[in-house]
Amino acid sequence: MLFRYILILLILLPFKAFGLIEVDITRGNLSPLPMAVSPLFTDNKSKEVFQKIINKKDVGSEISIIVENNLKQSGLFNPLNKDSFLQEADIAHLKPRFEDWALIKAQALITGKVTAVDGKLRVEFRMWDVLAGKEMMALAFTTVPTNWRRVGHIITDKVYERLTGEKGYFDTRIIYVAEEGPKVQRIKKLAIMDQDGFNVKYLTLGNELVLTPRFSPTNQMVTYLSYFRNLPRVYLLDIETGRQDVVGDFPGMTFAPRFSPDGKKIIMSFAKDGNSDIYTMDLENRVVARITNHPSIDTSPSFSPDGKYITFNSDRSRYQQIYIMKSDGSNVKRISFGKGLYGTPVWSPRGDLIAFTKLHKGKFYIGVMRTDGSGERLLTENFYQEAPSWSPNGRVLIFYRETKTNSKGEGFSAKLWSIDLTGYNERQVVTESDASDPSWSSLLSN
Amino acid sequence: MNLSKIFKNLFLVILASLVLTACATQKAVKVDGQLQGDVYTGTDTVEYLASGVPDRVFFATNETVLTTASRETLRKQAGWLRKNSDINVVLEGHADERGTREYNLALGERRANSAKDYLMTYGISSNRISVISYGKERPVDSGSNPLAWSKNRRSVTVKAN
Repeated sequence: MLFRYILILLILLPFKAFGLIEVDITRGNLSPLPMAVSPLFTDNKSKEVFQKIINKKDVGSEISIIVENNLKQSGLFNPLNKDSFLQEADIAHLKPRFEDWALIKAQALITGKVTAVDGKLRVEFRMWDVLAGKEMMALAFTTVPTNWRRVGHIITDKVYERLTGEKGYFDTRIIYVAEEGPKVQRIKKLAIMDQDGFNVKYLTLGNELVLTPRFSPTNQMVTYLSYFRNLPRVYLLDIETGRQDVVGDFPGMTFAPRFSPDGKKIIMSFAKDGNSDIYTMDLENRVVARITNHPSIDTSPSFSPDGKYITFNSDRSRYQQIYIMKSDGSNVKRISFGKGLYGTPVWSPRGDLIAFTKLHKGKFYIGVMRTDGSGERLLTENFYQEAPSWSPNGRVLIFYRETKTNSKGEGFSAKLWSIDLTGYNERQVVTESDASDPSWSSLLSN
Repeated sequence: MNLSKIFKNLFLVILASLVLTACATQKAVKVDGQLQGDVYTGTDTVEYLASGVPDRVFFATNETVLTTASRETLRKQAGWLRKNSDINVVLEGHADERGTREYNLALGERRANSAKDYLMTYGISSNRISVISYGKERPVDSGSNPLAWSKNRRSVTVKAN
């Protein structure tokens, strides 16, 4: 339902792309860009309509708060306190008094308005360069009012793209495992939420253990591991219809699933007689292909974005290390040679890096390395953390952390965290319950 | 030999005996209590399939090799299974929490299979044994310390019928 929304993008005015503000996202941004996000003006008649349909008194104001929060979470921008704003929202949207906005040190200004048109929500917004006194961007689109949160995310994506030159990651969702109960008897459910933690939906009831959900690049499907009837198998779930299907007919445990970049294949491990190897299954013709054939544990496979290579971890050199190979299983090459063990390699959507979990001297690290194993960088160290997943623009990693229990075995928790590729901006992604195994969707629109 | 030298020697002797006692005590605690190397040797969590037949075996970190004690336990299980030919079993393989989730699933599967292989060498048919891995998902001890982890690295034999 979320996907059946109408998006009409029209450019009100041509871009003026000379000498205006730019944000460099390739290094840790220690001085986030000060911005003013003016409330989106909503006229009284429209307010009445939205009050009826989505029970929001001032949806324009709420959308601007979503934009503000997104910008703040990115670590690149510093949205200024609205109390300091001097100009009314509707007038600012027509013609900002730049000197007023410069006075509060805003370098960029976002203005806009929301109107009810035939029961739909129409939003238009502009971004202004305060110091240059120029409009940088103007866009409008229409959608169903229930998508109002997504409107805030789409605006943020546009702003992010305009200021950084790269696609955003705000109109996205996270699928994860919601956890509850004591550590020795955890109840786990599949859950999905917007990237900012809102609109949580539980997709399974918790009757059976579920693990490692991963989004398809097409967004409609998820692959995950379920212990349904005590048979651990890889499943496909259509998040629109709720339909679930087991992937293939394997006489043993299948696990560690991921989609191929075109969404047409599942790559996973199949364990039999004490040996785990990597297989693919074509979702259209159900053809199964064996990719590795080695007496060691081969698992956690992940395709390169062009589909030509696969990275995985294996203990064929005695301990868990990261390897790459061609997608047919040939040319296997070890790429991790640092101290410690390496696992959960996952190829960046930009193709140039592999994110991983490293275990060394009782600590767990999330790190990245180039695809030939060079340039290893550890981003964060903790008692326990693993399983990074990339934002669709390859700039942020989301992963989960578990806490150390006390001497009585109490105090266990599992939470989602994110960190920028730069190693800055580490923050908890707040969830209703405990959470693990996050997987980031691609952009829903744009 | 002057007095100070005598004292010095005496001191060294005392020191040495203290160190030796300390070692001996520590070793004794480890053996009858809990750990040998990092393999659990205690009985805290162990249940019994029948009198004198423990239900589980323990592993060293990242290992799937059966220890001498594990093989003895499995020989007892094989004897019990031969006597009760109508009983089938599930071997549940587990890992501690100090590994990545997916690798631990594979490790648990390998541990359960090394127990299965051993039972089969004592004539138990593979038709009577199924295997499931829980990785790090079902610890018995919720502690975050080496002893707790040693209890969780295990293969447990459970009656299937």
